[in-house]
Amino acid sequence: MSQAACFHCTEPVAETAKFPVNYREQTHPCCCAGCQAIAQTIIDSGLGRYYDDRTDAATQANPLPAEVLEQIRLYDDEAMQRNFVDQSGEASREAHLLLEGITCAACIWLNEQHIGRLQGVQLVSINYTTHRARIRWNPAQIKLSEILEAIAAIGYRATPYDHARAEAAWQKRHKQAQFRLWTAGLSMMQVMMFAVPVYLAEPGDIAPQWLLMMNWASMLLTLPVVLYSSWPFYQSAWRDLKARRAGMDLPVTVGVLAAFIASLPPLLSGRGEVYFDSVTMFVFLLLGGRYLEMRARQRAGAATERLVKLIPAFTHRLSETADGQRLEEYPVSQLRPGDRVVCRPGEIIPADGVIIEGQTEVNEALLTGESTPICKAVDDEVTGGASNLLSPITIRVSEVGDHTRLAAIVRLLDRAMQHKPRLAQLADRISGWFVLILLLVAAATWWFWHLHDPIHALPITVAVLVISCPCALSLATPAALVAATGHLATHGILSHRPDSLEDTAQITDIVFDKTGTLTLGQPALQEQIMLHGSPHHARELAAALEATSSHPLAKALQQEGCTPAQDITYLPGGGLTGLIDGEPYWIGHPDFIRANCPAPEPAPLPYGGTGTVVVLASATHWLALFILQDQLRENAAAAISRLQQLGLNVHLLSGDNRQTVEHVAGLLGISKHRAAASPEQKLDYVQKLQQSGRRVLMLGDGVNDAPVLAAAEVSMAMGSGVDISHAAGDMVLLNNQLTGVVTLLALARKTRSIIRQNLAWALLYNAAAIPLAACGYVTPWIASAGMAASSLLVVMNALRLTRARTGMQK
Amino acid sequence: MESLYLLIPLSVLLVFLIGLIFWWSVRSGQFDDLEGPGWRVLQDDDKPADTAAETKKNN
Repeated sequence: MSQAACFHCTEPVAETAKFPVNYREQTHPCCCAGCQAIAQTIIDSGLGRYYDDRTDAATQANPLPAEVLEQIRLYDDEAMQRNFVDQSGEASREAHLLLEGITCAACIWLNEQHIGRLQGVQLVSINYTTHRARIRWNPAQIKLSEILEAIAAIGYRATPYDHARAEAAWQKRHKQAQFRLWTAGLSMMQVMMFAVPVYLAEPGDIAPQWLLMMNWASMLLTLPVVLYSSWPFYQSAWRDLKARRAGMDLPVTVGVLAAFIASLPPLLSGRGEVYFDSVTMFVFLLLGGRYLEMRARQRAGAATERLVKLIPAFTHRLSETADGQRLEEYPVSQLRPGDRVVCRPGEIIPADGVIIEGQTEVNEALLTGESTPICKAVDDEVTGGASNLLSPITIRVSEVGDHTRLAAIVRLLDRAMQHKPRLAQLADRISGWFVLILLLVAAATWWFWHLHDPIHALPITVAVLVISCPCALSLATPAALVAATGHLATHGILSHRPDSLEDTAQITDIVFDKTGTLTLGQPALQEQIMLHGSPHHARELAAALEATSSHPLAKALQQEGCTPAQDITYLPGGGLTGLIDGEPYWIGHPDFIRANCPAPEPAPLPYGGTGTVVVLASATHWLALFILQDQLRENAAAAISRLQQLGLNVHLLSGDNRQTVEHVAGLLGISKHRAAASPEQKLDYVQKLQQSGRRVLMLGDGVNDAPVLAAAEVSMAMGSGVDISHAAGDMVLLNNQLTGVVTLLALARKTRSIIRQNLAWALLYNAAAIPLAACGYVTPWIASAGMAASSLLVVMNALRLTRARTGMQK
Repeated sequence: MESLYLLIPLSVLLVFLIGLIFWWSVRSGQFDDLEGPGWRVLQDDDKPADTAAETKKNN
């Protein structure tokens, strides 16, 4: 490590780079002008302590292009602000911003300090967990764009968070759940204080007046639990009843209400047992389980939310003015058919349209799965969401909004999600029966004792309901799922739908998408075939020619720290030419070289395999062939063979061309594959599998996969994919390691067996305890202790999952 | 033992009081960010700005 690290982003600094900053009388190197400017801004504003406090490096800074600044200014527009700014106050406005580039707690400090010092900013508060900033400012003193620019000046990007309203609803529910849990917890603790002495004392030791008083106190404390904390149980039990189903919430409701009501006569008469402690403990345990589940789900949602959006918010629109044409920044949402927009290389095409000027290559991999760039010239149609690779084009917009191809895929996704096959869940099935039997037994008990000993009929029935412990039964599944979900998160797998784990255990077939899932989705240099001269020299020439291009094929040939060639011209036909040391060189597609370069073609070309061939030629010779190919992900082969060992059928389903798909399938040993499949055909393929009784796990990353992801029993989106596929996926593979799938399957099977153990235990316990209670042998404290012990056992068993060693062990 | 007449109602009252405090703390967002405030304590804002210190030294 002789190379110096950048002061700001800690990336290695090239020896030729000269971007020093002074901090505390020492000179530190920076890797680029962007990092230098930011470090200087931070130090100049007296916030240099950031560099002492931070625990993670900052992201590398790229200087903001002028049009981004222009876009930021568009946010000052009242119409734009209406979506995300709270304008209720006269002298203050409030907005939520999503901050990109936050790596550690020092970033939060830096941002709060920096924004807080701006004139006119009244409040800034940043949530470390969600990376969201709440900012209130006085519009008379400062504009929103100035705040956004200030954030950009220290190397972060802030985008308006326009889901604030949906978020507010969620926040309200979350806070309510939290308070319900707290209430139940507090009541439980205090009611126990009154109950335990009664359990411990010999009968008659406590004078009746104290007993009465303690019972009344318990009742008062239980009242909020019964009326407020358990409200969600009543609601969902009522919903189940209306739909003629028997869910777990029904016995919970019956248990809570029966135990509470049955405790009232003993309370009033001063004779008999009260069950207030059981009620509170019962509700607290159940709410605790649900709350944890809710948190786990929300954390998964928040992490994926930060990932990129497909369609940009702004585009460059050509507008006619008196003195000719002018290019202006324009919100994509306000584009109309007929508008003309300019799309530069490296940008995303904002809407469907026809090219009216320019020629380029576009990458539609996200939409179609086809990984090779496609040539587009004047009068060709382009699709919104594809990325422009080569040169600027002018597009006449033909479809916007709901009529675009992208929107059509989204609609397909919506339909597929509605038809998602739901597996009848094990716990639900068992608990449905259990509930029915339990209620029958309770009714029979009451009937029997009513005939023989009417005074004891109600207390004994309540004992049956309390000891039957729907608690362990309802905790059995969620506890295991939450523990497993938490464990998966440490392996980089986020699950939106915790119960998808249950479905995963029953998977028989795994369907992989190719581009971006099994492969990296970007070409890399695979082979270099020399025709003339030295290999090292040819490699350097290629890097120099391609140095400034943003084409994916060019990126594969770029090398760090090389001087770009002079006079680089992009020529139509897939190539470019440039001068190196005064000599002209050509690089590009073989056809392009044949057409543009005077050098004779060496016949025949010594290569006929798969992959894209790029030729480098001088004025006299063809120098080298570079074979570029989409690389397989690391571990892809290992993961596939492990999955096949586990007895799963592996399929490959891709929108890419036949030759490439067969090549990849051959490398990985996948016998079932299908190439050139459109989103509709992919959906059809998976549905056919499902009709033949198979259960499918689908892995994909593109927009074109989204409907299939939604249709599969369980779906997984790659973390590097696009937003929409995350929305459709049950899980997201954050670190893109395919071995994670093996871990997932192993853990899912283990989770299923733990759930079964838990259910078996709960049923066994009930089978033993209910007859005893029905015969009248159970006192309230035995009922409570039994219930608590069996719940605890179930939770402890579930916690074993967090220590599970699974996956790819050698 | 007569003190129990006071203590038992008092304990009930106390629980309701604590409940009220919880209600306030949940409502005012005390539980929204459980990581950030822990770090914030470690970052003093009242230290003199670095640039100020540096210019003084340079003079």
